[in-house]
Amino acid sequence: MSVLTSLLAASPGDPTNPGGGLGGATSTVTNTFTAPHVEYRALMPMLVVFGAATVGILIEAFLPRTRRYWPQVGVSLAGVVVAFCFVVANHGMAETTAADAVSVDGVTLFLQGTILLLALLALLLVAERGTGLVDLDAFTAQGATTPGSGGERAADAAGLRTTEVFPLMLFSVGGMLLFPAANDLLTSFVALEVLSLPLYLLCGLARRRRLLSQEAAMKYFLLGAFSSAFFLYGVALLYGYAGSVRLSDIATAITSSPHSDVLVLAGVALLAVGLLFKVGAVPFHAWTPDVYQGAPTPITAFMAAATKVAAFGALLRITYVALPGLRWDWRPVLWGVAILTMLVGAILAITQRDIKRMLAYSAILNAGYILLGVISTTSKGVSSTLFYLAAYGFATIGAFAVVTLVRESVRGGSDSGDGGEEDSVTVGGEATDLSAWAGLGRRSPLLAACFTVFMLAFAGIPLTSGFTGKFALFTAAIDGGAWPLVIVGVIASAAAAFFYVRVIVLMYFSEPLREQGAGPIVVVPSPMTTVALTVTVALTIALGVLPQMALDLADKAAYFVQ
Amino acid sequence: MESLIWLVPGLPLFGAAILLLGGKRTNAWGHLLGCLAALGSFALAAGLFFTMLGKHGAARSMHQHLYSWVPVPGTGQHPFQADVAFQLDQLSVVFILLITGVGSLIHIYSIGYMSHDPERRKFFSYLNLFLAAMLILVLADNYLLLYVGWEGVGLASYLLIGFWQAKPSAAAAAKKAFVVNRVGDVGLSIAIMLMFVTFGSFNFGTVFGTAGGASKGTLTAIGIMLLLAACGKSAQFPLQSWLGDAMEGPTPVSALIHAATMVTAGVYLIVRSHAIFDLSPTARLLVTIVGAITLLFGAIVGCAKDDIKKSLAGSTMSQIGYMILAAGLGPIGYAFAIMHLVTHGFFKAGLFLGAGSVMHGMDDEVNMRHYGGLRKYMPITFGTFFLGYLAIIGCPPFSGFYSKDKIIEAAFSKGGTSGWILGGAALLGALITAFYMTRMVIMTFFGEKRWVPDAEGHEPHPHESPLSMGLPMLLLAVGSVAAGFLFSMNSAFVNWLEPVTGPRAEGKLPGGLNSTTLSIITLAAVAVGVAIAVVKYGTGKVPAVAPRGSFITVAARKDLYGDAFNEAALMRPGQYLTRTLVYTDNRGVDGAINGLAALVGGTSGRLRRLQTGFVRSYALSMFGGAAALVAAILFAKL
Amino acid sequence: MNSYAPILVLGGLAAGFAIFSVVSGMLTGPKRYNRAKLEAYECGIEPTPQPVGGGRFPVKYYLTAMLFIIFDIEIVFLYPWAVRFDSLGWFGLVEMVFFILTVFVAYGYVWRRGGLEWD
Repeated sequence: MSVLTSLLAASPGDPTNPGGGLGGATSTVTNTFTAPHVEYRALMPMLVVFGAATVGILIEAFLPRTRRYWPQVGVSLAGVVVAFCFVVANHGMAETTAADAVSVDGVTLFLQGTILLLALLALLLVAERGTGLVDLDAFTAQGATTPGSGGERAADAAGLRTTEVFPLMLFSVGGMLLFPAANDLLTSFVALEVLSLPLYLLCGLARRRRLLSQEAAMKYFLLGAFSSAFFLYGVALLYGYAGSVRLSDIATAITSSPHSDVLVLAGVALLAVGLLFKVGAVPFHAWTPDVYQGAPTPITAFMAAATKVAAFGALLRITYVALPGLRWDWRPVLWGVAILTMLVGAILAITQRDIKRMLAYSAILNAGYILLGVISTTSKGVSSTLFYLAAYGFATIGAFAVVTLVRESVRGGSDSGDGGEEDSVTVGGEATDLSAWAGLGRRSPLLAACFTVFMLAFAGIPLTSGFTGKFALFTAAIDGGAWPLVIVGVIASAAAAFFYVRVIVLMYFSEPLREQGAGPIVVVPSPMTTVALTVTVALTIALGVLPQMALDLADKAAYFVQ
Repeated sequence: MESLIWLVPGLPLFGAAILLLGGKRTNAWGHLLGCLAALGSFALAAGLFFTMLGKHGAARSMHQHLYSWVPVPGTGQHPFQADVAFQLDQLSVVFILLITGVGSLIHIYSIGYMSHDPERRKFFSYLNLFLAAMLILVLADNYLLLYVGWEGVGLASYLLIGFWQAKPSAAAAAKKAFVVNRVGDVGLSIAIMLMFVTFGSFNFGTVFGTAGGASKGTLTAIGIMLLLAACGKSAQFPLQSWLGDAMEGPTPVSALIHAATMVTAGVYLIVRSHAIFDLSPTARLLVTIVGAITLLFGAIVGCAKDDIKKSLAGSTMSQIGYMILAAGLGPIGYAFAIMHLVTHGFFKAGLFLGAGSVMHGMDDEVNMRHYGGLRKYMPITFGTFFLGYLAIIGCPPFSGFYSKDKIIEAAFSKGGTSGWILGGAALLGALITAFYMTRMVIMTFFGEKRWVPDAEGHEPHPHESPLSMGLPMLLLAVGSVAAGFLFSMNSAFVNWLEPVTGPRAEGKLPGGLNSTTLSIITLAAVAVGVAIAVVKYGTGKVPAVAPRGSFITVAARKDLYGDAFNEAALMRPGQYLTRTLVYTDNRGVDGAINGLAALVGGTSGRLRRLQTGFVRSYALSMFGGAAALVAAILFAKL
Repeated sequence: MNSYAPILVLGGLAAGFAIFSVVSGMLTGPKRYNRAKLEAYECGIEPTPQPVGGGRFPVKYYLTAMLFIIFDIEIVFLYPWAVRFDSLGWFGLVEMVFFILTVFVAYGYVWRRGGLEWD
């Protein structure tokens, strides 16, 4: 892994070889090449995660089908935990390594820690298999079978499990760890692809409504590839301008280069397309609702929380390290994007009838808020972005965890078709239609209370993490002079409060829906989901009531190395 | 010891959390946990008190900073600093001892009282919550945290008054208490905002330290707003109407509200903010007027009620009026306000628990006209109740004598016409108090039986209450007897509070009075009150149905038309106002809002159509977006 | 800009030639169609017959293609390492061994899951 990046980075990133990209590069490189130094300690979190993923593949390859689940769960959880320990051990580090391809600094470490914690919680949701009474596996028995075919039914009946999801998750996590740490644009691109490709696959592996899931995966893949192309094109233009893909070299070139700015500005814009696609900002958001709805809910939770953290990390690093000299050029454009994102997210969420789609638009809206922190270009902006990403991530995972537990009830046998007694009621897919959530507060007060906490956090009500986060972001934005954005943000929050609170009202003050006696049911999960839910609720409240420690941590982490 | 301050409110808070979250699983031992939490808190409070005794002077004030909630450095005029920090000084230690001490006794009493209630566990969790909120209120070192406790008390009282919410009257009473309190809360929040604008801080130390620099008008405004807040919580005129209805709650709740928590909060707030009131004579005068009006108001209401609890409620209103009056008198009165608060805490809690015990024995009968002759059947209840009675009417050497006498003396020594008026009111109040309390004792414990069978024809069988109820009453009776004497020895209580309330100014009694003659006059007034009651109720027959009575009696039975006043002065105009507003709202504002909502909804619907589900159109929108982005960034440059 | 001129000229020439060839062929060539002429390629194996509307393409082709890519990528990285073997020294050797091992994990997965069996 490290030699891979160093080889990629070594030749174009060589400062003694300006503009020597095309023809006669080979001869120049020959004379100056030295072996890169690799600081393994700094890379350990990523190496551990990738290593765990590789072990996961070996488990897939060499263990019999029925005995793969627990080793996979163990290896993935252990990998993530060990990686987190390394992140903690690396605190205070500020260095670049592997031929300056990777920079490990406060921002990197904070975000890596956040991503690993989010991944840990998401892994618990992914690992949920029910309690023996009910099967809560979110993933298809066999991805290769055609939906609705005999093969699918046979695979279901045989009780097959798709345990590949664990190594796939880990690869994605590895990419996410690298993305905010990438110190040159090529490494950025590699990280982007490493985090995206497994996600495309994971999106298509839902157990129920498989066609929807596969469609989502296809859409995500096509549009993701499209956006990657933009990103790569932007990298090419910037390389053409600066003669290097290293962020610090680009920053130097911008301040000192006599060339016309057209090349660099077009490059920055195209680069931004790729990043804004990943965070789901308008006008590159169109995939978000469809994919969030179609993907298996644990994966949606993981995507919504962790991908956003990684992509915003990369956006922060590129804008703060490579582009401070162009502040006055990219800021107005991001202003526009932020305003559009907040408005479109808030407005479209209002008319959604599906809880997952509503949360998807809420994710778009929140991307708009976080852009405020990026735009402010102060260290306060960085720290508030870091804090908000963490706060938002935990609440998101929690909210989707609740979604996994509200199920449709199916009369007369399970939907897998293996028969059952005529009037028995079995657990179906997730009841994502909002009408099914009516009266949830009466049937399952504890679960409704959890969801209420997350909704209040999203709406930014005091004593939840959402309030602290928004407060910090808006303050930072005002300090950075972006008060019109804050006004739009507050208006969008007011509109957003409507649809968040509507769910609460629906849960507590509406009569439950009872169609032919088989309304939605709330399932009892295994301890995995329970733990994830408890932790996210606790963190959401703790970050609202006792935010000081986390705010201090984010303040301390708000530094970059060049 | 200092680092344990947070546990004082913490223990009951944890207790409440465990009982609420644990649900039915904790039914079996919930009440015991609730009591343990209260007792543990009391033990801590006692420990802190003795720690404080071991220190001297300024070192006695302890401080614990838990954490800062969202500090905002350097934005705007003032940095916003909201600390969660506790301050334990001589004033708050008195309160936490009273709250946890009397609170614990009421907890223990409730084990027996609520033993037949299926929701006993929930009751104890609310009681714990009540204690915790009140403790946060008195321990806070800044107004914002005090406000948290203040609101917590409001919430807990709402839950407890409406505990039997199946009864419409209880639900209505809870709502009434909540709404009336809300009026006071608005006052407190405005006061806090004014403080932040003026002093840039919520912290007691900063506010009081810099209060001298603020303009007179601002200080008066803050003072009046604080008084409004105190009126709400302490049921002072004109926000007194909720207190009587609050009797709908279980009797231990009444005891808790009236003796140890809630109504004392207003007195605490005024004494705590004395630095502000010291600087604003106008605000202080208002405080004394409110106190004087309420002490007469409550006493008159107490005379006319036949419901034993409502009569006691009127009495509470009146006694709190004494405290507010004393607090309004300034440095000559602060210490006595608190002293009366503590002695009142003992005897009023004892009286309420006694009333509860009587009701318990009489199948929840509350009408005193249906009691009579109970002293033979409930000797312990009678004994403790009688001691509380002696204390409240101010019979020496019981505790009420020491505290109330001092307040009357302080009122007279204010000087001038206002001194005469206030002192006269306080003296008259003492007379009326003696009257209605004697009436209550006679109607309940003396005379002949006037018991009425219940709907099914069962005669009530009055019996002494179980030990868990009797023991708290005995302990409280000890307090009613001895507290006043102990506090007054060498002016112990006054000296104790001096570091907080400032040195006590010695007032001068006007018109050749001295404190001995005044005491004698007071006692004479009390004797007159007792004598009237004995003549009226002790010698003749007490009719089982209340006679029509004079117009004052009729008015007093209706709480001196407090509700009618509220209805006429606030509710009707309020309804007109809301109706007008609703009209304007429907026509004007709603038009705009609905238009906006329709616009948003319409936009949403239209934008939704862009979400076609086709990858090709998504890709096109992305391409368009990318082109726009490139164009925008290049255009911005040109 | 000057240095890019030859490339533009070359591009123009290429496009011109392509258009010229296609257009001149259309205009001048004889039009005698038979079945073989209508095939996509006039040589090599027969394309798999496809039903109307596309149909499903056997996944085996993709598996083979991906297997090829695994080893292709390996070579791509092995080559520069071989060229720079001296300056990379032991560091390079160890890293490369790890790299090859990683690739073999992928290979092992494909093998165990039946990716190498054509039928």
